[in-house]
Amino acid sequence: MKRYVLVRALYSVVTLWLLVTIIFGLVRLTGDPVAMKAEAGADPAYVAQLRQSWGLDRPLYWQYLGFVGRLLRADFGHSFEKSLPVRDIYFERLPNSLKLGFAAFLISLALGVPFGMLSALKVNSVWDNAGKAVALLGLSMPGFFVGLVLIIVFGIELGWLPVLGKGSSAFVWSAPSTWAMFWFRDWGHLAMPAFALGWYFSGAMLRITRSGMLDVLGSDYIKLVRLKGVPEPMVVAKHALKNSLIPVLTFAGLNLLIMVNVAVVIEVIFNWPGVGQLLYDALSNRDFPMVQGVVLMSGLMIVLLNFTIDVLYGYVDPRIRLSR
Amino acid sequence: MATIPIGADRTIAAVRAVRRSYRVLRDLPMVPMLILGVLASVAVLAPVIAPHSKLDPVKPTREQCQAKFGTPDCPYVDNAPPFWSPGGTLDTPLGTDFLGRDVLSRLLYGARISLIVALTGTLFAGAIGTVLGVLAGYMGRWWDEIIMRITDAWLTLPSLVFAILLSSVRGPGLWNVVLILALVFWSRYSRAVRGEVLTLRERDFVKLAEINGIGKLTIIWRHLIPNVMNTVMVLFSLQVGVAVIIEASLSFLGVGVPPPEPSWGLMMAQERESLMEGRWWLEIFPGICITLLVLSANMLGDWLRVRLDPQLRNR
Repeated sequence: MKRYVLVRALYSVVTLWLLVTIIFGLVRLTGDPVAMKAEAGADPAYVAQLRQSWGLDRPLYWQYLGFVGRLLRADFGHSFEKSLPVRDIYFERLPNSLKLGFAAFLISLALGVPFGMLSALKVNSVWDNAGKAVALLGLSMPGFFVGLVLIIVFGIELGWLPVLGKGSSAFVWSAPSTWAMFWFRDWGHLAMPAFALGWYFSGAMLRITRSGMLDVLGSDYIKLVRLKGVPEPMVVAKHALKNSLIPVLTFAGLNLLIMVNVAVVIEVIFNWPGVGQLLYDALSNRDFPMVQGVVLMSGLMIVLLNFTIDVLYGYVDPRIRLSR
Repeated sequence: MATIPIGADRTIAAVRAVRRSYRVLRDLPMVPMLILGVLASVAVLAPVIAPHSKLDPVKPTREQCQAKFGTPDCPYVDNAPPFWSPGGTLDTPLGTDFLGRDVLSRLLYGARISLIVALTGTLFAGAIGTVLGVLAGYMGRWWDEIIMRITDAWLTLPSLVFAILLSSVRGPGLWNVVLILALVFWSRYSRAVRGEVLTLRERDFVKLAEINGIGKLTIIWRHLIPNVMNTVMVLFSLQVGVAVIIEASLSFLGVGVPPPEPSWGLMMAQERESLMEGRWWLEIFPGICITLLVLSANMLGDWLRVRLDPQLRNR
């Protein structure tokens, strides 16, 4: 087990290093952040100063070493616009994104898992076809379109829900008294963006649940349980459910992190001050260090989660840890 | 024994041919093919069938100017409603946008942009991914190790986040979006193709080709690539839908297809003020177009997947 964890950790470090290198290389191969910032016809002295302030006038290997070295010290550089460390701005916004992501995650689970199970238990029935149709529609309607429809219906026509912002509750790192209440307030503001974000993923959850459940229901041990004469509800609730939920939960965990990171368009539509909106603001201000910082953080989060999932799987299932 | 009239065998053959073609047609997924067919022909024929220009405002009638500005002459009337609302005309059936341009014509041209960007982007991604996947799977050892490690690292970033990073250094532009899609999506192909090649490599026809001294490149080109095409086709059709959404998202964020080109995502972004003023249709129409395109691509992809993988048929 120790050896397995060490090997997985090594893989994660390699993946992370490759990711950092890819980002460094692609950014310099495909474009020039200074040219984006300075526009055409800018004062050459200004451009030169920009280059120097980013260290872009140095040789490439030197830039790379500096980049990796700063990352190792958790230094993501300074934002252009606000001249604050990227890290500080990012962590100030992160709780808002986590709140939105968690809510969307719960919605996608609540929609996807029960209907996926129903669909798998009654293959080719009305339920199954309805489930398939909803999953397909979920995967085909972009979240921002769903968000705009929600705004039109519930925000403007009916006027039930607030359209913009996250409400007055705030998560302040320096004030622990705000830490708990933040998650339980202003759910009215949360409802529409969370649904719009969770919508897309609930289709995916439905499909995963359905196929996982079908796999388990077709397996030998379920046939044996049925042969024993166990009543069907027991077969599903006690024997099939647990095993079919393992892949679903893995997938859900990954989805949670993806939701935290890809809510860019939805956060823009609902003016939700999370990391997605931070990314958008940085994009429109051509604040390249900020963009890069947010992207690196999302890569780091996902690599760490993958590592955790691998370790948990190895812990649960000896076949996995011995095969390495 | 009944006599067979002259020419009956020909009739029977004709009936059989019709039946056979009916059987082929019945198995095809009609709904997505129809939607895709309509969208593709609209995209090709946009300059012919669009009632107005995609970039220039529609010349308003005297009555419209009188109603809007109180003078009989004006350069354009913005935000005319669709034809079923009071004040709308059949000349601009879906109304005009904030610059007085015909929404219908812009939607028709938008199909062009979405299809070109999504198809070429995924095509390039598919080409890169297939070649690298075959190389990793067939050459093995260092090739496999290096290509797959890079693929894994590449796959960790969510595609939208990756696309945004690249667009922040490329800036807006139609071919920039194509480049970004190709760079972001190839890793999905290489992973699937490599797995496929790992089993193909052990099959007899590949072994026989190797024994006969056929070169590695020939084996890859003649024996491996044709056999992974099924997987690539399924992935391709499923990725096109995602690519359409990524293009729309990038355009929505202002780093995709630049204005004044009529990208559907851009149209939605530009009309967010109209939404607050109650002109919801300006958001709904491009949204429906995106959904229809993605929906039909996904349906086609699902159909192909079931069709090419018999194990999934009863799922």
